[in-house]
Amino acid sequence: MHVVYPVVVSALLFSIGVYGVLARRNAILVLMSVELMLNAVNLNLVAFDVWLGDRLHGGQVLTLFVIVIAAAEVGLGLAIVLAVFRTRRTVDVDRLRALAEVVRAPGSGRPDGEDAS
Amino acid sequence: MTSQAPGLWPPSGPEVVFLLLGAVAVGSALLVVTTRQLVHAALWLVVCFGALAGGYLVLTAEFVAWVQVLIYVGAVVVLLLFGIMLTRAPIGPSAGLDSGNRWAAALVAVATAAVLVTVVVTGFRSAYAPLRPGQGAAEPLGASVFRTWVLPFEALSVLLLAALIGAIVLSRTDIRGRE
Repeated sequence: MHVVYPVVVSALLFSIGVYGVLARRNAILVLMSVELMLNAVNLNLVAFDVWLGDRLHGGQVLTLFVIVIAAAEVGLGLAIVLAVFRTRRTVDVDRLRALAEVVRAPGSGRPDGEDAS
Repeated sequence: MTSQAPGLWPPSGPEVVFLLLGAVAVGSALLVVTTRQLVHAALWLVVCFGALAGGYLVLTAEFVAWVQVLIYVGAVVVLLLFGIMLTRAPIGPSAGLDSGNRWAAALVAVATAAVLVTVVVTGFRSAYAPLRPGQGAAEPLGASVFRTWVLPFEALSVLLLAALIGAIVLSRTDIRGRE
């Protein structure tokens, strides 16, 4: 197996995940794109572990650890998304601007960063 | 490691299988980030993770492949579907899943892909990994997890416990913060 093949597949998956995180508005879809990026990293780890023939299996063990951390991350992320949905009635990340910097529109002195909940 | 490597083309049998699985994974990942239906995104994610598990099998990482099927396809996608349903997402196509900066995002993603693919192709063009079956079976992997990597393993169990408690505290409504 040439190392190029899995590594190129993983680079493509990672950039698709980058697109998803930047372009999606629904918070759950953003979480799915983060999972895609984590999977790209996992494929890289497995491919390089097979290439280097590590006797301690560092790559594959680290892949298992990343999978565990991804499970914990998605559990906590969904709990946060549900808490946000309970209080704001939306999971649209473009409209959750309570922590954003206050952008003052030129001319009017009104702060523009309020969340429309 | 790179001695007597066969040429990059034509690909051998396992490489053809891996390339097909990789095409399925990349295609379904594209559908995950472009589909207009939330539930379909989760289902395409199942296809993507399944194809990746097949890729791990081809790369002789059997145990990782089964863990991928169990945890990603079994647990993570079900959690995501729970999240979709608990946030009362509409079934069917919904407008406004993509934000206005979609073109900037596509530009960034294409630039990332170009840089990464160029770097890895120039860096690992001649790297060749001979596949030996049984390399990533449960026995050698378990031995190295519980011998060499036992301390990070225990740390991860503490992390999972903390994440569990955190998720419970965050999602229960009768626990209030101090006003």
